[in-house]
Amino acid sequence: MREDRSKRDNCMRLCLPALSENEGVARAAVAAFCSLCDPTVTELADIKCAVSEAVTNCIVHAYRETSGDIYITVRLLREGGVRISIRDRGCGIEDVGRALEPLFTTDAGGERSGMGFTVMENFMDRLAVYSRPGRGTLVVLTKHVGREG
Amino acid sequence: MIRSNYGFETSVTDDGLLCVYLYGEIDHHGAVGLREDLDKLIMRERPRRLVLNLSRIEFMDSAGLGLLMGRGRLMRELGGVTVLAAPNPRVMKILHLAGMERFFEIEDAPKGERI
Repeated sequence: MREDRSKRDNCMRLCLPALSENEGVARAAVAAFCSLCDPTVTELADIKCAVSEAVTNCIVHAYRETSGDIYITVRLLREGGVRISIRDRGCGIEDVGRALEPLFTTDAGGERSGMGFTVMENFMDRLAVYSRPGRGTLVVLTKHVGREG
Repeated sequence: MIRSNYGFETSVTDDGLLCVYLYGEIDHHGAVGLREDLDKLIMRERPRRLVLNLSRIEFMDSAGLGLLMGRGRLMRELGGVTVLAAPNPRVMKILHLAGMERFFEIEDAPKGERI
């Protein structure tokens, strides 16, 4: 029996090594796929920024002293919008609540703003963070996009 | 070799004004090299006023905020001030989210300055 394509959600899955040069790649790939939802320029810019923050967290924190992969899934929602999950198998976050506080950073050098999660929370409609120390972290970003009728 | 995703041009005046016109993307990847480049420039020129023109920045995330804060801190240590000039609306959005108005003078490009 042939699959009814109209019932199949559109979804993109991407796996990238946790290298800083891939931050822009992740932004561009996610933005290209999200364009299918017809977002405004501002909505697309917000999505790119939030994805950049999540991917950077994987590179800087999750795989700090090691190498690893970042798994990105972008799902187009039937009700309009996107759900983006960014997952790593890195060190995990000991205290997610603390990590979500604005300006909280583990950087002693004074060069990190500690605003990553704050940007994600403000630029997307919903942010969920799941983490287990030693096992990795999953960040889920949701945004309802599309031009008003 | 991985190409950098940012660039900048500079102008220096005799009265200690250093203008840096940034362009491209300021993310964590770009911030590493840009930080080194800007610090070398600041330490060489020792400006009394550093103007970072952000009008041609295509993308900036919180790594860019950290970069700006670090340069502002360096300038304060040297007795100078830092101005963020002509941020486009997307950059202004993240600057405003971080409350950067508390730490920097943010202005449109002064008259006579190219954007």
